[in-house]
Amino acid sequence: MKKSKARSVFIGVCVAPAVILFVIFMLIPTFNIFKMSLYKWGGFSNTKEFIGLNNFKTLLADEKFLRTFQNSILLVVCVTVITISFSLIFAAIISREKIKGENFFRIIFYIPNILSIVIISAIFSAIYDPTNGLLNSVLGIFRGDKDPILWLGDQKIVIFSLVIALVWQAIGYYMVMYMASMASIPASIYESADLEGANHIQQFFSITLPLIWTNIRTTLSFFVISTINLSFQLVKVLTNGGPDGATDVFLSYMYNQAYTNSSYGYGMAIGVVVFLFSFGLAAIISFVTKREPLEF
Amino acid sequence: MKKKNGVSVKTLYRAFVYLVLLALAVSIFVPVAWVFLASIKENSEFYGSPWAMPKGFYFQNFIDAFEKANMGEFFLNSVIVTALALAILLVIALPASYVLARYRFFGSKLINMLFMGGLFINVNYIVVPIFLMFVDADTFLRKMGFANGFFLNNIFVLALVYASTALPFTIYLLSGFFITIPKDYEEAAHVDGCGYFRTMVQIMMPMALPSIITVILFNFLSFWNEYIIAMTMLTKDSKTLPVGLMNLTQAQRGAANYGALYAGLVIVMLPTLILYILVQKKLTQGMSLGGLKG
Repeated sequence: MKKSKARSVFIGVCVAPAVILFVIFMLIPTFNIFKMSLYKWGGFSNTKEFIGLNNFKTLLADEKFLRTFQNSILLVVCVTVITISFSLIFAAIISREKIKGENFFRIIFYIPNILSIVIISAIFSAIYDPTNGLLNSVLGIFRGDKDPILWLGDQKIVIFSLVIALVWQAIGYYMVMYMASMASIPASIYESADLEGANHIQQFFSITLPLIWTNIRTTLSFFVISTINLSFQLVKVLTNGGPDGATDVFLSYMYNQAYTNSSYGYGMAIGVVVFLFSFGLAAIISFVTKREPLEF
Repeated sequence: MKKKNGVSVKTLYRAFVYLVLLALAVSIFVPVAWVFLASIKENSEFYGSPWAMPKGFYFQNFIDAFEKANMGEFFLNSVIVTALALAILLVIALPASYVLARYRFFGSKLINMLFMGGLFINVNYIVVPIFLMFVDADTFLRKMGFANGFFLNNIFVLALVYASTALPFTIYLLSGFFITIPKDYEEAAHVDGCGYFRTMVQIMMPMALPSIITVILFNFLSFWNEYIIAMTMLTKDSKTLPVGLMNLTQAQRGAANYGALYAGLVIVMLPTLILYILVQKKLTQGMSLGGLKG
C-alpha cells in the first residue's frame, strides 16, 4: 500500500508540471481561438458581442481572404512539389552514385535550416534588390542594361521569389533526412537489381521510393503544415504582404487583422479556418498516400 | 565499341551530377559568405557592384550595431531567454517523458494523446490568444495594485512560453528513446533498493544523454531564432536579437545603414554557425529520429 502511494506521488510530481504548462499555454489558447471566432471583438475594449458564425460568413465573402487563399495554395503546392521531388532525387543520387565529398555536401546543404527566418529574409532581400542585388547583377551580364527585374516589386513575380526562398530554406534538410533513411536500405537489394539488369532510374522507382515510402508520407504531411507556417514568417519580414496584397498568406492576414486592424474575433475566425484546412490537407495527403508498408 | 561509348556517357552523367550538386552548394554558401563580407564593408561600398570585395576591415559596423542599434542588450536578452527556456524545458520535460514512456497509470493514455495532438498546434496560431491572456492578466494585476503588470515585456515569462510550446516535440523525442530501454535496468535498481527518483535521475537519465543533447540542439536553434512570439510579447524597447534585427531591416529601407545591418546579421548567425560546425554530425544524425520540422 505504501509502495503504491509512493509510486503515485512520483508519477504526479513528474507529469503534473508538464501537463499544467501544456494546458495553460497550448490547450487553452487553442480552445480560445475557436471561442473567440464566434465573437465580434475589437480587442482592448470590453465589448465582446456573440455573433455566432457571422465572422465566417463575412470571411467567405471577403475577396482579400480569397486572394490570400490562392496565394497560400500556390505557395504550398509549388514549394512542396519542388522541395520533396528534388531532395529525393538528390538524396538518391548522392547515396547511390558514390559521390565524392558526400559529407561536404551534407554539411553545406543543411546550413539554411539553422538560420533564423529573419536572417533568410535579410539574405533574400539582398539577393532580390532591384539595383544592387546579387541576382540582378549576375543576370545583368546576360541581359545587358535592360530594366531591372523587380523580384519583390512585381505582383506576378513576387510569389515565385518567395517559392525560391522557401525551397532554398528547406531542400537541404529533407535531402539529409532522406539520405539517412535511404542509408538503411540493404545494398544487397540493389546488387540483385543490377544483376537483373535494372538501371538506376528503374531502381529508384521500384526499390528506393517504395522502401522509404513511410518516411516520405510523414514528411509530406508535416511539410505542408510547416510551409503554411514558414510562409507566414517569411512574408512578415520580407514583403509584409506587399506589393498590394500579392503575397498575403493565411497567417499573415490573420495576424494583420488581429493586430493592425484590432479585429480579434475576425482574425481568430481566419485562424480557425486555416487550422482546420491544414489539418484536413494533412489528413487527405496521409490518406491518399497510404500504401502497405514494405519490409526489407 | 559499345562499352567504350557507355563509359563516356557515364562520365558525362557523373560530371553533370557534380555540376548540379556544386551549383546548389554554391547557391547556399555564397549568400551566407556574402553577408560576412558585407558586414565589414563601408557604407559607400554598397552603392557599387555587390560582388566587389571589401576594401578593408571596417569594424565600425559592429560597434554601430552594438551601440546605436542596441544589439548588445538584445544579445544578452537572447542569451538569457534561450538558456532559461532550455533549463525549464529540460527540468520539466525529462521526468514527464520518462514517466509517460515507462509507467501506466490512470489517464496516462489521455496525456500521451494530448501531447501527440500538441505536435500539430503551431505557435503561429496561438500567439494571439496567449498575448490576449497576458493582457488580461496584466490588467487584473494593475487593479490589484501592481502598476507595471508582470506578464508582458518580461523575458522570463517569454522563456516560460518558449519552454511550454516546445514540450510536445521534446516529450515525443525523449519518450521515443525511453521506451526502447529494457525493463531490466529498473528491476535491477529496484531489487537493490533504489527509489523511483534515484532510478530516474541516476540510471535512466545518463543513458538518455545522447537524446538529451539532440533535444538541446534542436531547441537551442528554435529558441535562438524565434521571433513571432518575441515580437508579440515584448512590446517595449527591450527585445531579442531576431526582433531587433527585423526592426533594423525595416529601418534600413529608409535610412540605408547597410553596414550595421549586415553586422547585425553576423551577430545573430555566428553563434548558431559555430555550434553547427562543432556538432554538425550530431545534428544531421538526430534528425532521422523525428521527421519533424517546425
